[in-house]
Amino acid sequence: MLKPRPESEIFFKRVRSKSLVFTIVMALGCAVITMRLWHLQVIQYATLASKAENNRIRELSIDGLRGKILDRNGVTLVDNRPSFQLSLIPEDIDDPRQALDYLSSKIEIDQQAAIKEIESVKPFQPVALKRDLSREDVAFVEERRINLPGVFLEIKPIRNYLFGELGAHALGYLGAISESQLLSREFAKFSRNDFIGQAGVEKLYENGLRGSKGMKRLEVDAAGREMNHLEDISPKSGSNLYLTLDYDAQLAAEKSFEGHMGAAVALDPSTGEILAYISKPAYDPNKFAYGVNPADWKALTDDEWHPLQNRVIQGQYPPGSTFKIIMALGALEEGVINTSTTVFCPGYFNFGNRAYRCWKKEGHGHMNVHTALVQSCDVFFYTMGMKLGINRIASYANMFGLGAKTNLGFTGEKAGLIPTTQWKERARKEKWMLGETVSCAIGQGYVLTTPLQLARMIAAVANGGSLVRPTIVKTGDAGPKEAERAPISPQNMDTVRQALRGVVAEPHGTAWALKDGPFEYAGKTGTAQVIRMKQGEVVKTRDQELRYKDHAWFVAFAPFDDPKIAVAVISEHGGHGGEAAAPIAKAIMDAYLGKLIEAKKPAAEPESKEES
Amino acid sequence: MDGRYLERSATRNFDFTTLALTMTLCAIGFMAIYSANMQSDSANLQGMYIRQAAWTLSAMVIIGAMMFVDYRTMERLAYPLYWIGVLSLLAVTFFGKTVSGAQRWLSLGGLNVQPSEFMKIAVILLVVRIIDDMERETDLTLWDLLRPAAYVVVPFLLVAKQPDLGTAMIYFIILAGIAFFAGINKGTLLRMGVAIALFLPTSWMFLKPYQKNRLLTLLNPEEDPMGKGYHTIQSKIAIGSGGLWGKGLFQGTQSKLNFLPEKHTDFIFSVISEEVGFIGSLVILFIFFLLIMRIVDVAMTSRDKGGALLAAGVGTMISFNFLYNIGMTLGIVPIVGVPLPFISYGGSALLTNAIGVGIALNVSFRRFSVD
Repeated sequence: MLKPRPESEIFFKRVRSKSLVFTIVMALGCAVITMRLWHLQVIQYATLASKAENNRIRELSIDGLRGKILDRNGVTLVDNRPSFQLSLIPEDIDDPRQALDYLSSKIEIDQQAAIKEIESVKPFQPVALKRDLSREDVAFVEERRINLPGVFLEIKPIRNYLFGELGAHALGYLGAISESQLLSREFAKFSRNDFIGQAGVEKLYENGLRGSKGMKRLEVDAAGREMNHLEDISPKSGSNLYLTLDYDAQLAAEKSFEGHMGAAVALDPSTGEILAYISKPAYDPNKFAYGVNPADWKALTDDEWHPLQNRVIQGQYPPGSTFKIIMALGALEEGVINTSTTVFCPGYFNFGNRAYRCWKKEGHGHMNVHTALVQSCDVFFYTMGMKLGINRIASYANMFGLGAKTNLGFTGEKAGLIPTTQWKERARKEKWMLGETVSCAIGQGYVLTTPLQLARMIAAVANGGSLVRPTIVKTGDAGPKEAERAPISPQNMDTVRQALRGVVAEPHGTAWALKDGPFEYAGKTGTAQVIRMKQGEVVKTRDQELRYKDHAWFVAFAPFDDPKIAVAVISEHGGHGGEAAAPIAKAIMDAYLGKLIEAKKPAAEPESKEES
Repeated sequence: MDGRYLERSATRNFDFTTLALTMTLCAIGFMAIYSANMQSDSANLQGMYIRQAAWTLSAMVIIGAMMFVDYRTMERLAYPLYWIGVLSLLAVTFFGKTVSGAQRWLSLGGLNVQPSEFMKIAVILLVVRIIDDMERETDLTLWDLLRPAAYVVVPFLLVAKQPDLGTAMIYFIILAGIAFFAGINKGTLLRMGVAIALFLPTSWMFLKPYQKNRLLTLLNPEEDPMGKGYHTIQSKIAIGSGGLWGKGLFQGTQSKLNFLPEKHTDFIFSVISEEVGFIGSLVILFIFFLLIMRIVDVAMTSRDKGGALLAAGVGTMISFNFLYNIGMTLGIVPIVGVPLPFISYGGSALLTNAIGVGIALNVSFRRFSVD
C-alpha cells in the first residue's frame, strides 16, 4: 500500500470539482465576513466609535468651591472648610473586611454599607468609608498607614456654617439631590452624589453659589484604572453671596430667643432688606453638610415643635392686637371715626346674645383711637369692626400685604388668610356671620398672618405707607424697593404712629416696659389665642400644658423719628406680647441701631444697657 | 530517493508564494500581538511578542526541515502519531496545566504545549491514511466513514472535556473536509444530515452551562453586556470603531485599555481590525484567501490521492479556523476557543498550522517526482 500509483482521471476530475466547490464556499465565507465588516466599520461606525470613546474616556466632574455667604457688613456666616475623608481602593487591598474591622476598632464606620459598595464598584474606584474625620481619627489612620495599604485620606471641602444654628432657616442647608430633582431639567447636569441647596438662600441662590463644575477627562482601562490624563477643565468657584442680614442684630435676636419658640424678622423699613431672621427651634445646618444621618433626620422630623419649619414665612398665626393698627388706619381713612371719636369700654361688647370681652375685665372707660391703641382696648376695635365690616377691613389688611405671600423666594411660604364674605362663601360655603367680624377686628377668628407679613406691615407704618418688598440678598442697588404705597393720608398715618409711640412711651402703654431703652421705639403688642385643644384631650406633660398658652406678638420700629429698623416678633406660647415678645424686639433693634450709631459717630459711646 | 529531487528541483518546484503568504500572516500576527500588549505593564505580556517571534522562527525551521521528509512517509506514520497524540491528550487530562478554567496544556521543560493543536495534524494524517487505504474510487459510504469517525471521536471527547469545544469540533470538520474531497455518497450525505439534526439537540444537553450561555448570548449580546455578552460587544465595538481606514497601527484603544478580553489570542483580529479598519481587514482576508487557494491548488495538482487529501485536510483546517475565528470576533458565530491561524498568540497553534503548510508545500514540492 501507499505505493505511488497513477490515480484515475476520475479521481482528479473529482478533486478539481470539489476544489471548485470548496473555493466557492470559501469565497462565500469571505463575502459574509466582508459584508459584516462593512456593516460594523462603515454603517455602524459612528455608533460604535462613540461607544469605544465612551469606553475609554471617563469624565470626572470636579465641583467648584461653593461661594461663601456673608452678612451685610461682610461677616462670613457660611464658608467651606477642608475635611478629611477616609477612602479605600478595593484593588489595593487583600482583605477589605479585615481592614474594615481594624479601622472600626477606632473609627465609626458603617461596615455593611462599605462592603456593599466595595463589591459593587470597579476595583480601582475609591470607596468613601467615612466623611469628615475627627483629628483623632485622622491621627489613628496616619500612624497606621503602613499597615493599611489601599486605605487613604482625601481632603474634601465641606460646607461650614460658622455659627451653627444662627440664621439656620434663612441660610438653609445642603442636601443630596433627590430623585425628582435629578429628573428635572434644571438639574440635568447633576449626578446622584451631588449636594445642592435644599432650603433657604442655599436653595434660592443655588446657581450663583454653586459656580460651575469642572471636568477631568481621563483615559481609563477596562478596570477603570487611569491610564492617561487627557484634559482638565477647571471648575469655577461660586460667587460669594452678601445677605442683607446683620450679624449683630441676628446674634442679639438669637440670644434673646433662648428659651423661646417662635419667630422674629427685622426689616430696614426703607428698603425692605431683612436684617434679622429667626425661627425657633432651629437646627444646625452643619448636620446636613454631608447628608444628614437617619437618626438626626428622624429626630428633626419627629420633634413636636417642628424645628425644620421656617416660621417666619410658614408660621400662620392670628395677629392678635397687632391687627388693631390696620383697624385704626381703616377706621380713620374711611371716616368712620376721627381722632376725637370716643367709644366707651365697660369691659365687654354685646353683640347678638353674646358678650365679647375686653382683655381688661373692668373696662377701659372712654377710649379714642390713640388711647385704644396704646392700651389695646378690644371694645373700641370691636366697635370699629362692626362699623367697617369685614370686607373693608380686608381691603386695608391687603393694602399692607397681609394675607398674601411676600415672594421673598423661599419655598413653602404661606399666604396667611384675611377673610372676606366672598372668601367664606367660596371656602366654607357659608354666609359670613357678623359676630365673626367682631373676632377678626382684634386679629382673631379667621385672620392668619405670617411674621414676615407683620414685619412688612409695621415697616410700612414706620416709613409712612410704602409697602416694601422684603429681600434677603444684597443686590447692587440699595435704593428702596418700593412696591406699592398704601393710600393712607399722612395725618391718619401720623395718628397711628403717635399711638404706637405711646404704646411704649405712655404709662398705660402695653409695652411700657421698653420706655427706658436707648432709642425711641414705637410698636404694638399682641396676643394670639392658640387654637383650643380638642375636647377630651388629656394634658399629660408640661409641654402639652404649654400648648394652652397664648402666643405673644410684638411689632415695632425705631427710632421713632427716623425709623431704621422694623421688627415683628412672635414668641409661641409666650403669654402677653409686652412681656414675652417686646424684649426680644428691643434686643434686635438695639443691636442694630447701636451699631448704626457707632458707625456714624465713631467716638460715641456704644449702647449702655442690655435689657434683653 | 529524496535527495535527488531536492537538488534538482528545489528552486523550481518549491512554492515560494505559499511560504511568503504564511510569513506575511505571521508578521501581521507579530505586530498585532506587539500592539495589543505594548501598553501593558506586565512583563509577561510584553514578552509575548518576543516569544511569538521565537515560535515563528521555529515554525519556519520546521517547515524547512519537513521538506526533507516525503509526505508519504508522514502518511505512513499516521497511526503511531495518532496514538502519541491520544496519549498526550490523556496526559493533559491527568497532569495538564489549568489556565483560566481549561486544562489544555502540558508543561514540557518550561514550554507549555497544547497537544490538542498537534492532534489536528495527527487527525489529518490518520483520516487521509484510512481513506487512502480503501483503494477504491467510488464515493464513500456511511459505513466507510464510520471507521475514521471512530478514531476522531476519541480526541474529540478528550478535548471537549478540557473544555475546548472549538478545537474538538475542528477534528470532525477536518474529517468532513477530507471526506468531501474524497467524495461522499449522496445517500450517505443525506443520512449524515439527519444524524446531525438529531445529534445537535442531544449534544445541547451535554454542553457546560457557560457554553450554552455563549450560544444563547450570540442571539442577543446586549442583554448581558457585562457578563456573557461582554466579549462580543467589546469586539464589535473595537472593530466598528476602526471605521474605514482604522485608528492607525498601534493606535487601537479598545485592546490597549484591556476592554477586549483575550485580545492576543482569540480576539486578535479585533485588535488588527480596530487599527487597520475595513480596508486593512480586507487585505488580511485576501491574504488568507490566497493562501487557502494555494493549498487548494496543491490538492488539485497533487499527483496522488494521498497528497490531494492531505492538502484538503490542511486547507480545511486553516480555512475553518480562519472563517470561524473572524466570524466569532464579528459576532456572527458563537464564541468558542478557535484561534486565528498564524496570527493568534500561541506556539502550539502556530507550529500546527506551520506543519500543515509544510505538508502542503511537501505535496506540491513532490508532485512531479517519479519513483
